[in-house]
Amino acid sequence: MLIFEHSRPGRRAWAQAPQQADMDAADDLPQELLRDDLPALPEVSEMQVVRHYTRLSQKNFSIDTQFYPLGSCTMKYNPRACNTLAMLPGFLARHPLAPASAGQGTLTCLFELQEMLKEVTGMQAVSLAPAAGAQGEFAGVAMIRAYHDARGDTERTEILVPDAAHGTNPATATMCGYKVREIPTDEVGDVDFEALRKAVGSHTAGIMLTNPSTLGVFERRIKEIAGIVHDAGGLLYYDGANLNAILGKVRPGDMGFDVIHMNLHKTFSTPHGGGGPGAGPVGVSARLEPFLPIPLVGYDGDEYHWVTERERPQSIGRLSAFMGNAGVLMRAYIYARMLGREGMNRVAEYATLNANYLMKRLENAGFDLAFPTRRATHEFIVTLKRQKQQQNITAMDFAKRLLDFGFHAPTTYFPLLVPECLLIEPTETESREELDGFVEAMIKILEEAEQTPDLLREAPHTQPVRRLDEVRAARELDLRWVAGG
Amino acid sequence: MSEAPDDLKYTKSHEWVRLNDDGTVTMGVTDHAQSLLGDLVYVEVPEPGRELEAEEACAVVESVKAASDVYSPLAGTVVEANEELADAPETVNSDAYGAGWLMKLKLADPDSLDDLMDASDYLEYIDSE
Repeated sequence: MLIFEHSRPGRRAWAQAPQQADMDAADDLPQELLRDDLPALPEVSEMQVVRHYTRLSQKNFSIDTQFYPLGSCTMKYNPRACNTLAMLPGFLARHPLAPASAGQGTLTCLFELQEMLKEVTGMQAVSLAPAAGAQGEFAGVAMIRAYHDARGDTERTEILVPDAAHGTNPATATMCGYKVREIPTDEVGDVDFEALRKAVGSHTAGIMLTNPSTLGVFERRIKEIAGIVHDAGGLLYYDGANLNAILGKVRPGDMGFDVIHMNLHKTFSTPHGGGGPGAGPVGVSARLEPFLPIPLVGYDGDEYHWVTERERPQSIGRLSAFMGNAGVLMRAYIYARMLGREGMNRVAEYATLNANYLMKRLENAGFDLAFPTRRATHEFIVTLKRQKQQQNITAMDFAKRLLDFGFHAPTTYFPLLVPECLLIEPTETESREELDGFVEAMIKILEEAEQTPDLLREAPHTQPVRRLDEVRAARELDLRWVAGG
Repeated sequence: MSEAPDDLKYTKSHEWVRLNDDGTVTMGVTDHAQSLLGDLVYVEVPEPGRELEAEEACAVVESVKAASDVYSPLAGTVVEANEELADAPETVNSDAYGAGWLMKLKLADPDSLDDLMDASDYLEYIDSE
């Protein structure tokens, strides 16, 4: 039920009313700009508002109440302290147009965040300017383009993208005016090396890689790949989506990457998903440094200042007004400071330990792994292809049934290369008891798939809504409430 | 079990091709492809007049699971596209080899049709995949 449907004419809630309600305050506005009718706002009591939104929040599946094996992709746990400290009035109330001299505290934090991200990724320089991962990707490929253009090397028209890549990679390359050439994956989950060798040439602007890849395995020949692409004059782009697995352990800069974007929400405790706001810092090797998006934060040994067009004439420019999402960056800074160097190592250790523990237990319980010969990184893939063939039970049926057991579903049907897949990522913050509970539920559902398959096909049974008609929802989009409609 | 009519040619990326009487070819995605994708919610077809290379991404089919590129089976020029799919993407699911066709092509090289698989090879291929 929508709040509008609770509405009754004349009912009022005063809690949010202005303290000095001067109804004539708009009388100096031009008459033609004033509305004739009151807006169709819901007319409800304070108690109704409280109950309505409390009830809605109770319907949520959330990381605060349940295990969310979507992991860092979508729902890694953000420690409360990051939020609380970033909300300190000194950070919160700083005006973006205030002079740098009046914001030395904030600038110090941002400068140190740049330094920490540099250190943990092994890159030469970092810009915090991109306001989200997608913008970071765009900035990264734009820098590749700017680099080749600055050298007069304009014949490079192609970006190589493995078929296991996130869909954003080919989209970004296309946005930046490149033609995308797809590189296949071999049967154990690595980039098909021979296909890569054939595809690389004088037209190659670069390659976009995620390592560990979306298949939940570490790209073992990354050094050789870097060699081939560099020898041909191309650059290596690192998609930071799976940074959680290697934090403090292996550095993209040491693997030979020239540019990286980091989705801070995935690894550094900032708001997740479509809710944002986001932050997608980019790191670069020395040859791309002149092209970094501005502003950066500089330090002359005495004061912190904004680095702008004047100092960076070759910059690809500004991606937004001001400095990106400062409040989001502040959360990442606090998280990194709380962890410290050792803590960052532990993130990667526990994230991969938890994933490998879950993977082994599920394998022993009779689940098929997509890459049974490989060690998991921070995530791994179960394929239900056999269950689909034998019982006509799909990954979606499994996912929906998990909800009945109090677990959010893992990612389903991605990566696209693996049929009927569940991509499971527990992250570093789950206890062994929680992981065991998840395994027990998976084992029970596997039994149900054989004995009472309709229980799965009709799941979920215990949620506020049953199986949603996703096809109809996509074909007949209905997003707007209409008064009296 | 997926269907694959004998009078069509097939690609490894799950497109079918039919030779028409006027020398053009009609193409679409196979029954196997539509069953893997699930119910389609959006189809984008290329503009007539567009020149395509073999294996060039030329159309998009989107289901609630995934958005997938469709590749041109052979080099040629688009002479007609199935505009009706914009309002009725489900036609690809219900009639993949008929009303669910995506586009008609004038082949750059009519003999290139021989490069594609026949029905029995295609069925063997999807079995092994």
